[in-house]
Amino acid sequence: MRKQIEGSAAVAQAVALARPEVICAYPISPQTHIVEALSAIVKSGDLQPCEFVNVESEFAAMSVAIGASAAGARAYTATASQGLLFMVEAVYNASGLGLPIVMTVANRAIGAPINIWNDHSDSMSQRDSGWIQLYAEDNQEAVDLHIQAFKLAETVSLPVMVCMDGFILTHAVEEVEMPDQATVDAFLPAFEPRQVLDPAEPVSIGAMVGPEAFMEVRYLAHRRQMEALEVIPAIAAEYGAVTGRVRDGLISRYRLDDAEIVVVALGSVIGTLQDTVDALREQGVLVGVLGITSFRPFPLESVRDALAGARSVVVLEKALAVGIGGIVANNVRTAVAGLAIDVRTVIAGLGGRPILGESLAEMIRGVDDLDELTFLDLRTELVERELQRNRATRRSGPTAENLLRDVGAVGDPLSVRMPR
Amino acid sequence: MFQTRFHGRGGQGVVTAAELLSVAAFRAGRHAQAFPSFGSERTGAPVVSYCRIDDRPIRSREPVVVPDALIIQDTTLLQQTDVFAGLADDGYIVINSTRDVPELGIGEMLAGRDPARVITVPATRIAMQHLGRPLPNLVLLGAFAALTGLVGLVDVQAAAGERFQGAVLEGNCAAARQAYDVVKAHVGEGVGDAMAAVSAGAPVFDRKDADA
Repeated sequence: MRKQIEGSAAVAQAVALARPEVICAYPISPQTHIVEALSAIVKSGDLQPCEFVNVESEFAAMSVAIGASAAGARAYTATASQGLLFMVEAVYNASGLGLPIVMTVANRAIGAPINIWNDHSDSMSQRDSGWIQLYAEDNQEAVDLHIQAFKLAETVSLPVMVCMDGFILTHAVEEVEMPDQATVDAFLPAFEPRQVLDPAEPVSIGAMVGPEAFMEVRYLAHRRQMEALEVIPAIAAEYGAVTGRVRDGLISRYRLDDAEIVVVALGSVIGTLQDTVDALREQGVLVGVLGITSFRPFPLESVRDALAGARSVVVLEKALAVGIGGIVANNVRTAVAGLAIDVRTVIAGLGGRPILGESLAEMIRGVDDLDELTFLDLRTELVERELQRNRATRRSGPTAENLLRDVGAVGDPLSVRMPR
Repeated sequence: MFQTRFHGRGGQGVVTAAELLSVAAFRAGRHAQAFPSFGSERTGAPVVSYCRIDDRPIRSREPVVVPDALIIQDTTLLQQTDVFAGLADDGYIVINSTRDVPELGIGEMLAGRDPARVITVPATRIAMQHLGRPLPNLVLLGAFAALTGLVGLVDVQAAAGERFQGAVLEGNCAAARQAYDVVKAHVGEGVGDAMAAVSAGAPVFDRKDADA
């Protein structure tokens, strides 16, 4: 059924269609609407059997998900930003134990300075946690990825993080085609755990493993993620066959066939990029967009194949590895190693800085003059003023507060997004 | 693509207004996308929301920088923030006020604009009459529907039906109809030449009970 619906509400309904048996969550912006909607669905009695566990923290949320999953229940949680960081120890345990939990990350920046707006710092910090990470381009894909995520997680016995841009997607009201329950039921069979805490057949889960076998446990986890590179497209194809929405699963290609310049990105900015590409193509610029849906496992072969014909590649990143620059770019460089392709990193949209099509077009037109690392729409005058203060006096004070005094109100929507 | 920017204050339903317009457009068979400005929501603080409407699927996620229409819920914002920033030269403006446009003291900001595309609607007052509560959203959308012709009154009322029920729904639908009928009587059929039917600065609404 086609609906005009808020992204969070749509994802909550999609999760409910997957019939989770335990949902445990602690609210944090911009994830809140998802778990509020799910708690309402559970309370209504429409989703049975399912227990919604109100936990006291994100650490507890992931711990409850681990316990539930180990006991054989289909378990779901959602978080963002500081909430994800607070649960990190348990996040690693979930993947290390091979428990197929599904978690939404409503992507948001990480403090300090505290910032509730969107970027990918939170999920990128967990890229090596052993979780599969899928990134949604729009709310339709967010819905579709959540339903597929349960099947994927349970097929490979690994937890899956579905990442969707906070506010930009979670709070956007747009069209979504919701699958019906019968379609989802046929697509997603009941959870058959590979390991389960069952009093009738007692086992222990979570043993200490010494140097004699730890490497092997880790290797097997890596191997399962490598297997997921085959499983993800197979599940996407199966889902496409029943819904009519056929996606590759690992990557998305937009006007790549004759593209000399390719912008690589994750998440909702791909829509803005596609519009920008269409406009530039009309001016004769041969540019395309490569979206990475599966960031973990990273589809090295698909990315290499998609970029093989390009002259110049720009990796547009909503996260910054302080001290080196790009995160996705390093993965892309690994993919195209040995090919004569320039790979540049552009950091954009940190902490909710709007990514304007106009800025993207300028970036693409000037691709040959881009530095190896560029910060899109960086307000250099703000940076300069703070550097001057630092030089002028030892006690120049806290940076964030200094910059706030320079710019005025926090988060004034009109101050940061007017045309230049 | 037609892009609308909503201005109001936290608590006035600015985000809801954009969402309702997107639902109305969806009901009218168009593609639509509504989203808030993502500020830290504080009651009384300036809030901005957006709605895009198109006949093709909408992909862009950038904030609306060149709106085709503004819906301004609170006239105290006119002096405080640059609400007209980026507005297209032939853009529409719907302002919630019991005063007529020339009395708002924004003549300078409207210089060069077609007066037919700038209207005030006593939306809060109309909402009070029909709902007993200061909820101007659907009144403004009724006026917007008549002014732009982008969505029909039935679409606006259908959008209301997805969110409200009972007396609140009925009151909202009646309030939206009142605003729609009054603006429609001035605009005539359609958006184009009919716009000229609203003469420069002429009051759209009967103001005699403006202070009621």
